[in-house]
Formats: sequence, structure tokens, C-alpha cells
Amino acid sequence: MSISISSWGRLDATPHEVHFLSDRKSVSATLASLHPGLAHGNGRSYGDVCLNPGGLLWKTTGLDRFIHFDDSTGLLRCEAGILLRDIQRMSVPRGWILPVTPGTQLVTVGGAIANDVHGKNHHVLGSFGDHIRQLTLARTDGSVIVCGPDARPDWFSATVGGLGLTGVIVDATIQLRRVAGPWLDTENIPYTSLDEFFHLADESEAGWEHTVSWIDCMSGTGKGIFMRGNPTDAGPRPVPSAHKRAMPFTPPVSLVNGLTLRPFNLAYYQLQKLKSGRGIAHYEPFFYPLDNLLEWNRMYGPRGFYQYQSVVPRQGGHEAVAAMLGEIGRSGEGSFLAVLKTFGNRQPIGMLSFPQPGVTLALDFPNKGEKTLKLLARLDAIVQEAGGRLYPAKDARMPRGLFEAGYPQLAEFLKFRDPGITSGLSRRLIGN
Amino acid sequence: MQKIVIIGATSAMAEHCARLWAARAPAEFILVARDESKAQIIAADLQVRSPASRIRVLKSDFLEPSAIRTTIKSAVAGAPIDIALIAHGSLPDQQHCESDLQTCHDALMVNGVSPALFAEAVAGEMAAQGKGTLAIIGSVAGDRGRKSNYAYGAAKGLVTRYAQGLQHRLAGTGVKVVLIKPGPTDTPMTAHLKAAGPKMATVEEVANGIVKAIDAGQSVAYVPGKWKIIMFVIRHLPAFIFNKMNI
Repeated sequence: MSISISSWGRLDATPHEVHFLSDRKSVSATLASLHPGLAHGNGRSYGDVCLNPGGLLWKTTGLDRFIHFDDSTGLLRCEAGILLRDIQRMSVPRGWILPVTPGTQLVTVGGAIANDVHGKNHHVLGSFGDHIRQLTLARTDGSVIVCGPDARPDWFSATVGGLGLTGVIVDATIQLRRVAGPWLDTENIPYTSLDEFFHLADESEAGWEHTVSWIDCMSGTGKGIFMRGNPTDAGPRPVPSAHKRAMPFTPPVSLVNGLTLRPFNLAYYQLQKLKSGRGIAHYEPFFYPLDNLLEWNRMYGPRGFYQYQSVVPRQGGHEAVAAMLGEIGRSGEGSFLAVLKTFGNRQPIGMLSFPQPGVTLALDFPNKGEKTLKLLARLDAIVQEAGGRLYPAKDARMPRGLFEAGYPQLAEFLKFRDPGITSGLSRRLIGN
Repeated sequence: MQKIVIIGATSAMAEHCARLWAARAPAEFILVARDESKAQIIAADLQVRSPASRIRVLKSDFLEPSAIRTTIKSAVAGAPIDIALIAHGSLPDQQHCESDLQTCHDALMVNGVSPALFAEAVAGEMAAQGKGTLAIIGSVAGDRGRKSNYAYGAAKGLVTRYAQGLQHRLAGTGVKVVLIKPGPTDTPMTAHLKAAGPKMATVEEVANGIVKAIDAGQSVAYVPGKWKIIMFVIRHLPAFIFNKMNI
């Protein structure tokens, strides 16, 4: 029986056969009898990396159990379909936290590994895969591979950031990190140019664990708010109550459009400017500002939206970011949720991991068809020229040439691919 | 520490109720299941969520009356039971029940007779204790027979009547009998139905409703609550309308 499934970008809803996994011990037997397919967790990646249109998905969110947690060492073993939120809520009260977390905690561990996600502290702690000690991979030939940085490291390096194409991640052992509590010492600093941004980013690298910035991509000049934070022992204090709101319906047109974008961005900048300075923040609103606005992706209307996240090396990065902002400003298209951040000077462990030393810019564009795609193609040219690459977890349309240029270890990676696994993205960018 | 006995502990609803109880306070959990290794996986998960809880797995046959009696005797040993949740079940294919009487028989046994026998065994212990809450998961399907699932519905109807009888018998004692009637819920049991019909409730949402109904000692609880209204209408539709409906 087929079910219509979209990814977070909501560009389309395509029919899928769905098989629900809930017993970790029978996953490899299930895969052996039921393939080709693709693991699908909470569906929070934006494009087609988590989709297999017309084909089979193995839904992993029923594999959501803890297996073991040692609160003297912080070593957690859990099934791969568990949400990061459930780990945080279990471990933070006991003094342990996920060392790396993306901008939403509503993703599964398996998805976080397969996309080797990063957070605001990349320059200190790298990406999600850097904290995985071991994982179990089930393959469609019925075999099971246990790998980690010290055991079968080639399999590990292919699977971390491997876009789900090497097998289904069944469980993982994660090294959590000590924290004094749920609080962060934060500082927000408005900036008015890219020069200022890079200066703040470099200056913050030594003393601040978390750095990120929101950028007004319509301003032309690179105006934004730089946010930085450090875990802190703020003692017991009242936890802010989470007011969960949801987009109640999908509006007929994108709420992010030519009329709203400039005033939105201007108002947001002014509001944040008023709030600039030091503060104490709970980790949930600090790391996951959008998680309480459920289904915020609906605000882009029925046609959905494209995310565009690039990373370009620091050498030439300033110019590349300026050129991209220029293109966006001229196009009048644009993005409310624009994020600019520097990555640390460290090599990722996954063959296809996205983070690399440099500067990353993430943008949302409401889908206006050809017009949007043309703008993205112009951004592609800038990224490729600068020696950068795009983030597959967010991609729904990058040209194959840009993928191949950005991921030089692709040929090596393909040796580890499971021939019984295929995704929309793999067919588009790898050919099968 | 509360003693909580969960019968059919590997069911998704039961597992999520256990998580809610474990998050609330350490408890003594007794997980009764047919498949011991699946129950052990859940026991390990609960232990991580609640390190101070005591968790025991009891493997049991679910159809053999003497095994059911022995299992409940073993569960009650040591300390009285505060909460017992009877949660097992399996959604059969209705058409298969019509063509194969063995399938029909098995569906009636596992969804109707088995929970009733467990309920009887637990009720006896609780009556002797003079206290306790016995919660049984029935179903909206038990409210009126429908062509799409009357084998399952009839079994759940049996559970409904049995719970009513126990409520009558134990009225005025310290024992509360709670009958839960979930609507269609997104669990592995209903995975094959997902494409059809309206959006199903999440298992977290339903587990929340079950735990609340048990707290309140409600005699009948529809979860989510909207099913109370929907089923009121369905039960009262005259046959000449009902029989034309494709439900």
C-alpha cells in the first residue's frame, strides 16, 4: 500500500511503499527479503536524500530505544531511530549532553550520522560523526557490519555522511559530553558588514564554543546578528516553558515573498539589535529556535521551498559570500532564514561529509519554479568557482558536476555502497 | 515505589505508557510478554530512562488459563499491584477471518478471551488487596460491529462487557477498573492501514491519554477524546443508514 511522502522542503509529495521497522534484531533479515529501498527517519532533510519516489522506504522511527547508558563515562548506546530530543531530555538532567547538535532536535540518530550533521560548535567539536564510537549497519544481503573509528574504519568513514547508501544504521554508540546544566552564557552582537562578521567569527573562535549568525540577505552589505555562546553553570533556575505553536494550515501562497521579505528582515534585525548583549539561555531555544513552531515549513506555501547551503574555503570565501549575497539581492528572491557561519579548520571523517574548513551560508528560497532554479544555478557557479560544495542533506537540485567536483572521495565511497539501496538523490547525482 | 504490571508489554501503546510512568517516578515494572527477547529490549530502554526503577520480565503464554493464573500470581508476589495495564492485541485482516476460521478463532481469542482472562485474574488479586487500578485497552471498534473489522470489534466488545461487569462487581471497593477505547493509532499494528482514511493519532498522544485516564480512575476513556462523540453517533445511527455506509 503506498503512502504519499514529502521531505521537509515540501517540493513534492511522492508515493512510497513504507515498511515500518520496530525490532532491531530482525532488521537485516527484513532488508534481505524486502529491497531495494532506503532508510527514512523523521524526514527532516530538505530534498530527496531521504526519499525514494515510487519505491520502498524502511521507516526507522520505531527503532527508538535506549540500549545502555553509563553515566560515569557518558557512553550511550541506542537504536538509530531515536530522536536527538529524547537523548537530550534523558541525559541533560544527568549532566551529559550531545556534543554536536544541528538546528533541530527532531532528527533521528541515524539521520544525523548519515548526513554527518554539524552544529554551531564545529570549530571546537567537529561534526556528529566525530562522536560516534561504534555503529551497527545492516545490509540488504542480510549481513551486519559493526564499525567505528577503530574497527573497520573504512566502513565507518563511508557510512558517516554516507547519505544512507551503505546500509541501514541500526544502532550507535555515542560519546556524550559533560555539562553543568542546561544553560548557556550567550552574547548577541549586531554587525553591518561581512568584514565585521569575519572579524567577529575569528575573534570568537578561541573563547566561544558556539558561533553562528543570522544574516539579512536582502541588505546587500552583509548586515546581521552574530550569536555566540558557551555552556555555563548557571545553577538551578526556572526552565522556560515551551509554547508549542504550529502552522495550522498551508497558506495558498508563500508567506515569504517580495512584499514581506524586506520588512521581515528589517524588523528582525532591529528586534535582535535591541536584545543584543549578554544573557543566559536554555539550550533548547538556543540550539533549536524553530522547534516550537511546528510545521514551520508550511509557511512557504503549497509549492514548498529550496534550501541552499554551501561551504567555500576561507581563501576567497569573503568574495564568494559577497557575490552570492549580491546575486540574491539583485534577484529580489530571498530568504528570511539565512545563516552565515565559519567552520573550523578540521577535516571531516566521512568520505561524503559536508563540513570542510571555510565559511558556510544557508538560505531558504520559496519555490517559484524556473526563476528560483536560475538563481540557484548562478549561486552554483560562484560556489564551484570558489572550490566549495553544497550540502546533500538540503539539496533537491544540484547539478551532478558540482556534486562530483565538491566530493572528490566519491569514487572511493562507491565501493561501500549497498546495491540494494537507492534514493531520489542517489539516482539524480550518482546515476542509480 | 508503585508496582506496575504491564501485560502485552511489547505493544507500542504499552511501551509508551511505560516510558511516561518511568519519566514520572521510579517504579517496579513487571513486563509480561510472549516474546521474552523483545520485552528485554524494552526493559533495557526503561532502565536507561529510569535507573532507579526495578524492572522484571515475565514470559507467559497468553491463551492458556492456568499459565495466565500463574503469571499473575507471580506478578503479585512480594507487594500488591498498584496498576495493571492489559494492552495486548493484534489486528487481523477481516477478509482473512471470513475465509479462514482459524484466523477468525485466533483473532477472537487473542483480542477477546485472553484479555478477559488476564482481567479476571488481576481483578481477583486486586479484590483481595482491596485496592489497585486495572486498566484494559479495548477499542472504539468494540462499540458497534462494522463490516470492515467485526472479528476484531467483537473481541473488543467482549472486553468492553467484561470490564463493565468487573466495574459493577468492584464498585464501592478500592479497586478501579478503567476501560480505554483508543481510536485508530499509528503503531506497528496498524502500519498497513496508514494510507487509508484520516490521520491517525500518534502513539505518544494515546499513551498520554491512557496514563491520564488511569490517574483519574475514569471508568471509560476514549482516546483521543473526540472518539467519544464520533462513536456516540456511530452507535446511534439507525440501521437503515448505517448499513449503507462503507465503514
